[in-house]
Amino acid sequence: MIADTIILVLLVIGLLFNALGVIGLLRFPDVYTRLHASTKATTFGSIFLCLGVVVFAISQYLGTSDSQYLMVITHTIIAVFALAITNAAGSHAIARAAHRSGQNPDPAVVDKLTEAGL
Amino acid sequence: MTDIFMIAALLTVIIAFGAMVRLVLGPTNPDRVVAVDTINTLTVAVMILLGVVYQQYIFIDVAIVYALLSFVSTLYIAKHIGGEL
Repeated sequence: MIADTIILVLLVIGLLFNALGVIGLLRFPDVYTRLHASTKATTFGSIFLCLGVVVFAISQYLGTSDSQYLMVITHTIIAVFALAITNAAGSHAIARAAHRSGQNPDPAVVDKLTEAGL
Repeated sequence: MTDIFMIAALLTVIIAFGAMVRLVLGPTNPDRVVAVDTINTLTVAVMILLGVVYQQYIFIDVAIVYALLSFVSTLYIAKHIGGEL
């Protein structure tokens, strides 16, 4: 019973942050702010969706003591680590490529990266 | 119990269609890459949720492989846009 409540709360948090990330992707003015909104919010939301799966597998394992649920827990945690690390590095690569291809921030006040000649 | 995960997977797919709007509309190429990256992240979450819904826990391994391969494709497109290839 308490596992159901925890799973529901985790899934609602995950869906809320995924929705906020995509709303930011649709409404922000330039590519850097879109990247900022979508990458961080969807990574956080997907981590919480996977945590809901982990809590479900833990509750099933405590109920049935079936060893396949241990496999579910470990592999979901591996997927979360892969997602978190690769999303951060991938968004860095996209922002660097956008700056190299000549994209400027929309209300650009100061651009230290161009001043430094990078 | 797995109905909750099915509903969460369906709502995540609807959210991914919102990102697809940016994929179609995006005025520049980096905007489209950002939308693709978002859709990849949401797809990994949907794969893990559907693995629980259908009791096929091998889908979670597919999600791990998809996360790593989408990272490689994102890096490749980013290097191409940045003119470093």
